[in-house]
Amino acid sequence: MTEYDSGARASRDLIVIENLVREYQVGGQTIRALDGVTLTIQHGEFVAIMGPSGSGKSTMMNMIGCLDTPTAGRYCLDGFDVAHLSEDDLAMLRNQKIGFVFQSFNLLPRTTALENVELPMMYLGVPSKIRKQRALEALQRVGLAERVYNRPNELSGGQQQRVAIARALVNNPVLILADEPTGALDSRTTEDILNLFEELHAQGNTIVLVTHEDEVGRHAKRIVRFRDGRVELDTGAQRKVGVPKHVD
Amino acid sequence: MWIEIMRVAWRSVRANKMRSFLTMLGIIIGVMAVVLSSAIGLSAKAGVTKQVENLGTNVLTVMPGSASSGGISRGFGSASTLTTSDATAIAEQDPDVQYVAPLVSSDQQVVYGTNNTNTAIEGTNAEYPDIKNLTMAEGRFFLESEVNSAANVAVLGSQVEETLFSGERVNPVGQTIDIGGIPFTVVGVAASQGTSGFSNQDDAIAIPITTAMNLFTGSDTVNQILVSAKSQDVMDQAQLEVESTLRVQHQLSAATADDFQISNQATILNTLSGVDRILTLLLDGISAISLLVGGIGIMNIMLVSVTERTREIGIRKAIGAKRSVISMQFLLESLMLSVSGAIVGLILSSIGTEIVSKLTQDGNLLSPVAVGASMGFSVAIGLIFGVYPARKAANLKPIDALRFE
Repeated sequence: MTEYDSGARASRDLIVIENLVREYQVGGQTIRALDGVTLTIQHGEFVAIMGPSGSGKSTMMNMIGCLDTPTAGRYCLDGFDVAHLSEDDLAMLRNQKIGFVFQSFNLLPRTTALENVELPMMYLGVPSKIRKQRALEALQRVGLAERVYNRPNELSGGQQQRVAIARALVNNPVLILADEPTGALDSRTTEDILNLFEELHAQGNTIVLVTHEDEVGRHAKRIVRFRDGRVELDTGAQRKVGVPKHVD
Repeated sequence: MWIEIMRVAWRSVRANKMRSFLTMLGIIIGVMAVVLSSAIGLSAKAGVTKQVENLGTNVLTVMPGSASSGGISRGFGSASTLTTSDATAIAEQDPDVQYVAPLVSSDQQVVYGTNNTNTAIEGTNAEYPDIKNLTMAEGRFFLESEVNSAANVAVLGSQVEETLFSGERVNPVGQTIDIGGIPFTVVGVAASQGTSGFSNQDDAIAIPITTAMNLFTGSDTVNQILVSAKSQDVMDQAQLEVESTLRVQHQLSAATADDFQISNQATILNTLSGVDRILTLLLDGISAISLLVGGIGIMNIMLVSVTERTREIGIRKAIGAKRSVISMQFLLESLMLSVSGAIVGLILSSIGTEIVSKLTQDGNLLSPVAVGASMGFSVAIGLIFGVYPARKAANLKPIDALRFE
């Protein structure tokens, strides 16, 4: 099993995207969902990726999540160039670097909250004793210590999303990637979940949140707005503070 | 991790109990077909072996040849070419022959007191019990002197004895019975011999051949001549000797074909077991096909299962499951279906064979080969028919799988 330790911890850049292009073939036509995106996200940021439907934000989320590979351009996650990795390597990269939170929770049915949270560690090969201990800790962190043996259908939407966040946290990923995490929740629960994200951010986690709701995006510290496959607006594009190689 | 994958697979088998059971049913039936058909084969084989032991493998049967009228053969046994003098010649001239018993038969009504039956009357000589390995339940077989004097003595088959003397509390030996209206003294009762080929030897009465010819057939032609070789090793020589003796007796020229047919019991039984082999092969073929159909059922359900759980596969892949892990999960599920089907099938068929072997008293009919083969075949089917669905699951793209509703 490939261990992806922090190969590039020295750098502050967690996500480096350069001229990223993703094309799809739909009925013989080529559709360019991402049209040359350049974006850098550093460790510890809380970024909201926003935009109307069809803007390319979902494709962007799949790219950042290593669920899809680019047609052209470069994507480095924590120092690993995604283009050069096989499908199984990508699976291990996702397992160790990224914690996913989905709109529809995506918990396994007929499986307890505890087992759902243990799953990423199982695929990493963590021994079952340590797995259970860490899963319980993660569930406690999201405030679900009481419901660990409940199955998803016995939990409310907010509780299910908390289980999903616990699952996302449990392998200590460098990135938490949330795709419309509050899209299926009422406004009160939405507030709870967003507060949880802010808490996690305060603890030093890097969070990338994809949403089309301004309410939700407001919680992030930086907003990247997409339109027609390009970055239309980037509120916090921190200038690279690299040392100039030579001064003319 | 493998234990977890097995648990996941098992949970999925249990989650759809009815569907899993119906899927297994194909394998259950297939395994039962394999084991039970091999039990039938074993039972038939046991029967054949028993007959070989009964008859002795060193016996030759000489039958009259085919009569032909106008070039149309009427088949072996239709002519009356064998006589008692042929039998005498074989006995006198052929060195590898031990016993010779000519046989004439006719069906007669037999009466004792108020009981009567119609049965086969076999006229033969005193060497008959030696050829047939006949043992006596009571009394004795008739003697050579009684054959020479054409005495009215009879030896009853066990079934005839039962029919005639049912309800009578007398020893049949010494009693007088009527055969075709003529009184005979019973001198013995043969022990049960069972069926031989197509005739029931227990439903017959043996009388001296001389008596039979005088009273019932009225000629000196015989229906067959039984010949036993000195040992099984000289069977072929004995057969050649008998053939040449009979050709001389019948004054056949070199160009003429035999007007008789010699067969030995072993050949007949070989033919019978050959038929039996073909039957077993046929049953095996049918069982193999039903296992195959069971396998296709498993593949069908596994494909449904993969489609149903596309989203689950997407989740697992997104959070780090490799292709091999996903494919192993589905392969194990299909293996569990086929192996549990095989186990249930084996349990049911061992109960079945137990009942059959109790009924037929053929001993243990559960053949380890059939058990092993059906188990192995089921595992193979689970693997073969599980590979395609498992590959399909493993090849799903995580984004497509996650988007699946």
